[in-house]
Amino acid sequence: MDLSELLAIAEHENAMRRPICIRCCTALGCQSAGALSVKQRLEEAVAEVDRTDIEVLGVGCMGLCGHGPLVRVDPVGILYEHVRAADAPSIIAALDGGEATAPQGDLQHPFFTLQKRIVLENSGIIDPERIESYIAAGGYQALYHVLHEMTPAEVIDVVTRSGLRGRGGAGYPTGLKWATVAKSHGDRKYVVCNADEGDPGAFMDRSIIESDPHKVLEGMAIAAYAVGADQGYVYVRAEYPLAIQRLQRAIAQARRFGLLGAQIFDAGFTFRIDIRVGAGAFVCGEETALMASIEGRRGTPRPRPPYPAESGLWGRPTLVNNVETFANIPPIIRNGAEWFASIGAETSKGTKVFALTGKIRHTGLIEVPMGVTLRQIVEDMGGGVPEGRVKAVQTGGPSGGCIPAALLDTPVDYESLQRVGSIMGSGGMVVMDDSTNMVDVARFYMEFCKDESCGKCIPCRAGTAQMLHMLDLIRSGQATAADLARLEQLCMMVKETSLCGLGQSAPNPVLSTMKYFREEYEALVRG
Amino acid sequence: MAARTFTINDQLISAREGETILQAAREHGIFIPTLCYLDGVSAVGACRLCLVEIEGSRMLRPACVTPVVEEMVVRTDTERLREYRRMIIELLFAERNHICAVCVANGHCELQDLAIAVGMDHVRFDYAFPRCDVDISHPLFGIDHNRCVLCTRCVRVCDEVEGVHTWDVAGRGADARVITDMRQPWGEARTCTSCGKCVLACPTGAIFRRGATVGEMERDRNKIAYIVAAREQRW
Amino acid sequence: MERLRLATIWLGGCSGCHMSFLDLDEWLFELAQHIDLVYSPLADVKEYPEHVDVALVEGAVANEDNLHLIRQVRERTRLLVAFGDCAVTGNVTALRNPLGAPEALLHTIYVERAEIAGRMPHAPGIVPRLLDKVYPVHKIVPVDVYLPGCPPPAPRIRALLEQIIAGGDIRLTGRDMIKFG
Repeated sequence: MDLSELLAIAEHENAMRRPICIRCCTALGCQSAGALSVKQRLEEAVAEVDRTDIEVLGVGCMGLCGHGPLVRVDPVGILYEHVRAADAPSIIAALDGGEATAPQGDLQHPFFTLQKRIVLENSGIIDPERIESYIAAGGYQALYHVLHEMTPAEVIDVVTRSGLRGRGGAGYPTGLKWATVAKSHGDRKYVVCNADEGDPGAFMDRSIIESDPHKVLEGMAIAAYAVGADQGYVYVRAEYPLAIQRLQRAIAQARRFGLLGAQIFDAGFTFRIDIRVGAGAFVCGEETALMASIEGRRGTPRPRPPYPAESGLWGRPTLVNNVETFANIPPIIRNGAEWFASIGAETSKGTKVFALTGKIRHTGLIEVPMGVTLRQIVEDMGGGVPEGRVKAVQTGGPSGGCIPAALLDTPVDYESLQRVGSIMGSGGMVVMDDSTNMVDVARFYMEFCKDESCGKCIPCRAGTAQMLHMLDLIRSGQATAADLARLEQLCMMVKETSLCGLGQSAPNPVLSTMKYFREEYEALVRG
Repeated sequence: MAARTFTINDQLISAREGETILQAAREHGIFIPTLCYLDGVSAVGACRLCLVEIEGSRMLRPACVTPVVEEMVVRTDTERLREYRRMIIELLFAERNHICAVCVANGHCELQDLAIAVGMDHVRFDYAFPRCDVDISHPLFGIDHNRCVLCTRCVRVCDEVEGVHTWDVAGRGADARVITDMRQPWGEARTCTSCGKCVLACPTGAIFRRGATVGEMERDRNKIAYIVAAREQRW
Repeated sequence: MERLRLATIWLGGCSGCHMSFLDLDEWLFELAQHIDLVYSPLADVKEYPEHVDVALVEGAVANEDNLHLIRQVRERTRLLVAFGDCAVTGNVTALRNPLGAPEALLHTIYVERAEIAGRMPHAPGIVPRLLDKVYPVHKIVPVDVYLPGCPPPAPRIRALLEQIIAGGDIRLTGRDMIKFG
């Protein structure tokens, strides 16, 4: 494979496009609402009217998951929501002035117009099951460019100057991490993509893989070149069967096209990727536990340092980045560090994908520039809560916190969210209305953490169980003010003494709800 | 081998390069509580009792796995650490059924000693009173999960010193249990060589010699380190 | 100096702590110079009196009588001492807690395992009903001083009582004073 072959594939693919394209979302959300039969019926309906100028394309996520199955007709730009298979003939008929029986969505709604799509640039547009579709969208050109025109150091320099920070939650500067792995000595190095997304309500990474798997693979290959790795792993949870299937297909296709494996683009660069499927443990999203699991051991974290960049898989330097981080890489290489750095906020560059869920009109996946406010996301894009008022927004899953409505003007960037007692996290955003009891919310997340604690360190194992018990005492009216104080003390202890991020952040939902909604706790306490 | 000089609790300490804070502290008679740490097997930093404050570090660091750095300033006994350690011990007592009065290890138990060291005169948390099994299927030894603190010393000594890896951990969180082989009864665990190193390693009354009654389960936990030293240095 | 009004209470426990108290032997004579024993299983007093200075509470809270008494004790006592492991932790008395609700337990013991004429014990007003669980004293009422031990050895009891008689802050540390078991 060389550049001309790559461009020829793209050209051929684009030449095959028909004038009218009906895109049908086949990501897991829409699939579970019946998208596959919708797609099939659409194909049949096209065949029935014998229109060769129309094609039906299975694509990835279009974002408005709560209104699925979604169908989009281009180039006219019509979005149909809640499409049933029976609607298919009318959608075809509507192309000739008929009336479609499916409700139409508003593509001019802020939900779409306020988005800035970098990671999701191909989502809902290309066919995730065909590598040609990705190549036609410019795919793998960044990898070619990197292998033939850049040194590893130059690649790291671009990533560093772009200001990209890890999208897995902590926001560690990606370029710095790459540079550390590149400088570490080892007879072999590894690149690991963390796709063990486990926060309740979060589905960014699943959607990215289901919608555009090659983008992640290309990002990994570029990273491997930059740090000097020849083997990659995607660690993906077993609960994501479609993502696994599409990854498997993508890896096989890339290998067949010579875009993974030995001598990629004849540049003397070898990189293989294998999938490792998790077994349903949340803690395996923690990088040292994840690596233990890849090595075939029990997935429990170990103290850091040493960091994986120095001593990772089998004791060798290992780069661990999240799905969304890798997906940012090809666009950064393509458009340059300055372009990326011009997007977003002062210390948080680029965009962030959020899974917007909870008590909100428009449930789904959005990608927004860093620095937009929570209010813009919740009220403008999300359309606010269906009934009543917004009470709080939970970001960062069980590691994050609840931000009260009064702080909705907080901009979405790493530091601002931390300042108000939450975290960016991987991108889960759960909206709560005024019917929500915040002690119940804290309990929900604590139960999650207690169930997911691996049990290795005492503060997390016994502390989460005890915090959950104390929350139950509070909820059942058996707790005193002294118990409340003790709970707070215990939260601080677990936060400061736990071995890994799970325990260190498990008290956050309690601490943040106690900070902003203390009256709800006090109302339940006796004496 | 280069030497390192640093400070623990305002006292100047010299240590060998590569030594951990815990090793250096012990050599100088400075007490840092530990539970999962055992001389002779790898350190895992899991019990969090040996956490210390290091000037300039936002996080508390486990002394058992943190190497000494020149001019490092360490505090091992601050108000905060004392309170956290007591809470950790209380959490352990609340988590399972540690009833010293009827325990084989009464008087020879590291958990009991730690409770005294951290000044625990009572447990401020509610006891969980879980139902735990006792496995006495092995002809020589028994395991009482009521007393287990999941320090994994048995797991490590079995894997690293005896080299058979009969012990491991199954389940997670509060449901985690040390197990033998694929969770068979100990007596049916074919890999077990009955060497008894796990009995030596256990800090509490969880693993015991059969026939021992209340307070009779004495053991010399230093033996593990002797065995390892003898093997490595060919004494 | 005014004499302290001392009470000793026997809740759900084996009375071993009281036996250990009696092990104070001749020091009891000295103690008698400083205290009046106003309530105790060792003395025939039916009703827990008012204005008690110090109460040594042996045993865990296991049944309704225990519950009633400990609340009364707390109301009428200045310094409440959880006396021995059962009072401090539940200890042996609480061994039944992991086994579940008391009814099922009683049924197993008095009906299923009975060799002859098994039946559930039932004597209202005579045998108090068991609580759902056995509780350490501080889970029911505030406790001022904890004296662990099963039983607390006599010298430990003496050390505490000496501190109480001397007045001032009570401080119990070290193996001699707070070792459980």
